[in-house]
Amino acid sequence: MDDAEKASLEASLRRASVGIAGAGGLGSNAAVALARAGVGHLVIVDFDTVEEGNLDRQYYFLDQVGMRKVEALKDTIERAAPGVRVDGIARRLVRGEMAAPFKDVDVVVEALDEAETKTRFVQEVLRDLPGKPLVAASGVAGWGACERIEIKRLAPLHLVRDARARSCDDGVLLAPKVCAIANMEANVVLEILLGAEHVD
Amino acid sequence: MSIDVNGDTVPYVKGETVADLLARMNYVFPMLVVAVDGKLVQEQDFSSTEFSDGAKIEVIHLTSGG
Repeated sequence: MDDAEKASLEASLRRASVGIAGAGGLGSNAAVALARAGVGHLVIVDFDTVEEGNLDRQYYFLDQVGMRKVEALKDTIERAAPGVRVDGIARRLVRGEMAAPFKDVDVVVEALDEAETKTRFVQEVLRDLPGKPLVAASGVAGWGACERIEIKRLAPLHLVRDARARSCDDGVLLAPKVCAIANMEANVVLEILLGAEHVD
Repeated sequence: MSIDVNGDTVPYVKGETVADLLARMNYVFPMLVVAVDGKLVQEQDFSSTEFSDGAKIEVIHLTSGG
């Protein structure tokens, strides 16, 4: 890739905006990856606060325990990728209007936790933001079996999933797989933002 | 006369909707993502969307964890 191509790629990402629903294991890791990749604007929605039990897989640190996750994440991104605009919205997504905070972003990332909430969110984005690219994830519990992780393409939905993983209610959440799937979500976002024909 | 549901061959029932099929297949989880021949069907259209003989239907259950 020559300098002009690199500059054009950087400019495309800097102009882009990505919405992230949830700032737990998936959302916090995807947000940092996207910020480091140079995405210019992130809109992150999460009502939760950082707990010590989150540190094993979520992108938070001991000195952030007790902070709102969106605030902690904003601080971290300022340190890791200064210049990225982060709009952190510290509230719960309201059923019936879950898609509303994301109406102006280029791509939406589903990074929620509970199965029914995840599916509800996917359905509401498909209904209320027709055609908006949506990247979702399913099956983050467990470890190993890396080849089971696949991308299911059902435009405009791109689902990163391990269809055979256990629910986190019966399985265990461990950083390598949670972070791998979060980073795969971020990688799919780049593919959408830069155009699948430019995959490199 | 059959359809493919998540890789399984299932008898085709003329006039059946996505909602009917989910009930027949005993999908009890309240929220599902469904695609017919690679096209997503929105939840509000489950009870009005029919499919043809030979259709490939995917019923996706998102798993908790994030």
